[in-house]
Amino acid sequence: MDFQLNEEQQMLQDTVARLVRGEYSFEKRLEFSETELGFSADFWRQLSELGLTAVPFSEELGGFGGGGVDVQSVMTELGRGLCLEPYLQSVIFGGGLIGQAGNDNQKEQWLAGIASGELKAAVGLQEPQSFYDLNNVETRAEKNGEGYLLNGRKTVVIGGHCADVIVVSARTSGDTSNADGISLFALTPDTAGVERRTYPTIDGAKGCDITLNNVHVGADALLGEEGKAADVIEYQTGRAIAALCAEAVGVMEVSNDLTLDYLKQRKQFDVPIGKFQVLQHRMVDMMSELEQARSMAILAASVADSEQSDERRRVLAAAKNVVGRAGQFISESGIQMHGGIGMSWEYNFAHYAKRLIGINHQLGDDDFHLEHYASLLQAS
Amino acid sequence: MDMNYTADELAFRDEVRTFLDEKLPEDIATKVKSFKKLSKEDHQRWQKILAEKGWYATHWPEEYGGVKWTPVQKHIWDEESCRYGVPRSIPFGVNMVAPVIIKFGNEEQKQKYLPRILSGEDWWCQGYSEPGAGSDLASVKTRAVREGDHYIVNGQKTWTTLGQHANMIFCLVRTNTEVKKQEGISFLLIDMNTPGITVRPIITLDGEHEVNEVFFQDVKVPVENLVGEEDKGWTYAKYLLTYERTGLAGIGLSKAALSHLKRLASRRLKNGKPLLEDPTFSQRIAKVEIDLTAAAISNLRIIASVEGGGMPGAESSMLKVKGTEIRQSISDLARRAIGPYALPFVEEEMNLDYEGEFLSDSDAAPLSAYYFNNRKLSIFGGSNEIQKNIVSKMILGL
Repeated sequence: MDFQLNEEQQMLQDTVARLVRGEYSFEKRLEFSETELGFSADFWRQLSELGLTAVPFSEELGGFGGGGVDVQSVMTELGRGLCLEPYLQSVIFGGGLIGQAGNDNQKEQWLAGIASGELKAAVGLQEPQSFYDLNNVETRAEKNGEGYLLNGRKTVVIGGHCADVIVVSARTSGDTSNADGISLFALTPDTAGVERRTYPTIDGAKGCDITLNNVHVGADALLGEEGKAADVIEYQTGRAIAALCAEAVGVMEVSNDLTLDYLKQRKQFDVPIGKFQVLQHRMVDMMSELEQARSMAILAASVADSEQSDERRRVLAAAKNVVGRAGQFISESGIQMHGGIGMSWEYNFAHYAKRLIGINHQLGDDDFHLEHYASLLQAS
Repeated sequence: MDMNYTADELAFRDEVRTFLDEKLPEDIATKVKSFKKLSKEDHQRWQKILAEKGWYATHWPEEYGGVKWTPVQKHIWDEESCRYGVPRSIPFGVNMVAPVIIKFGNEEQKQKYLPRILSGEDWWCQGYSEPGAGSDLASVKTRAVREGDHYIVNGQKTWTTLGQHANMIFCLVRTNTEVKKQEGISFLLIDMNTPGITVRPIITLDGEHEVNEVFFQDVKVPVENLVGEEDKGWTYAKYLLTYERTGLAGIGLSKAALSHLKRLASRRLKNGKPLLEDPTFSQRIAKVEIDLTAAAISNLRIIASVEGGGMPGAESSMLKVKGTEIRQSISDLARRAIGPYALPFVEEEMNLDYEGEFLSDSDAAPLSAYYFNNRKLSIFGGSNEIQKNIVSKMILGL
């Protein structure tokens, strides 16, 4: 048994860590966040030049076929910097959906660009009524000549504002909550009838809502078999969950470091507040929560690219549940122990705290995954 | 044991309801109930209405324009006003500095300041916390040095709530550095328009400008603005803190927030059904409602003991902890209830006069920001850790 990264994985992690340290100061992040793009085009270019946007893709696409642990190494470091670039949305999730469902033409059209960072993908699966259930789809795709006519609304599409291609789900048959009858389409946002409303998110990124109003797409936009996308969506959401958990670990690491520093520096009643036992114990709890989350992120990474099974489903649900709870505990405890400073926009901790809560609202919160896990409980 | 209101108390409740039905402006109530932002003008408009009715200063003796409510009447007011969406009164003038002036101030100060608080002419803010003095408030460093008829004040205050609207600030300042830290503090009233005062906004993590830093550079304050005796300010400060603590439990606010949460959960869908019918979510709501029921009775027990002549002591600290935890749980659930919509942060949708299309709906827009804002509840007014220290020392004798 060995939980150490191998030499290549360690090099990969160090590369990202160096880049983030050099380019992603807290002040710079605030500036990136306020631009129209919402992140740093320059940083994205550097990720691409170092081959990092290609990590999970095959060698033909310029990548090295990286697995869950490689992705984990990248995501944790991006988490440490609270990086705003759409790595998860484009490289992992969007690229994953197209890679699994797309035919050769579609892969050729999109994947090389996504792997090189020249193109950015986003993923629109949620709808106003869906809550976190991705099989709950009301958006309709009707056969129209050779292609399809799309009508509906996709909501909270992180990174959708700047995406070159948005993978959306739409129903070609069945009722709202049927797993059967869901199809995936690769949509270019300049298609007539696609309307985007862009907004900032509470954790500093940008997203959009997408209204699809009689959007005509060709048959070549359909990714995979008509009506059979639910399994692909579930599988790739699992990969995205593993990556998001790894990001969360990076966010938690820095949150805990900042809080621990503060406990040592901040003096009240003539001693560092870290001398007070009630705060010591809370800090210990924060550390234990981080370690629980780290263990689950490792476990999630280890199954991210395995064949689908109930065991894989359970691990991913459990990981996201633990990460959601640990994230909220660390976010709230850290604010509490910082006092007012922890709520100040000008201090970095507040932004880590917000990202941890934000992560719980992406790809299902702790309750959602607890229920999912419970539904898969084994009798013995 | 009788847990019911008397006939007189019921009559009072009717009077409160009639007054609120008739006089509470609808736009203000809507903002309060949906956690939208209130302007300075909103607060002042409502304060005028209350003052005309004679219900603004409920802690003051009648000779200064106060109204003599029993603890139960105050409780009824609190319950009803939260239910109706009455703005939380800005406490710094009417409920904080005024009781100190009434108890420790001289006649001239009473004549000068109390009427201006009643009329809304003065907006007060609180100069207590400093960068180095939070939980350890007695370590304030802002220095006041007597020079002839004036004190010269230098230093910095922080977390000054709504200081941007204020024209007056009451400050704890250090007048003696030779003695124990609690014994060298004085209580000064300072006009915010005095040269040398700078107010700098602190933006909080929800994007809100609610608190400020206030800098003092060679600020000349007339000695008649000293309350009570020099170096005795810590006694007055503590007296004020007991006023601050009452009401921090926010039982009425929690009840109003819980109704809002249930309305929200009856409209949001999960698996095609209202969230209120979802087993997981309804249990979460049930748990917080049960906790609130218990805390409300604890609150009533404290009120009843005061009514009978007892003193609210460290019990109110216990209630502050419980009450703020409950309020925080409710805002946590409200944020959870909107699922993915907790992520968008669309500030314009948080204003009542927003006329555009809502991303989700008017309810959802402020809920994440509100959740983060409410993290302050367990920090301010004495952090919950400090409250527990008080309880363990005063009640448990540990």
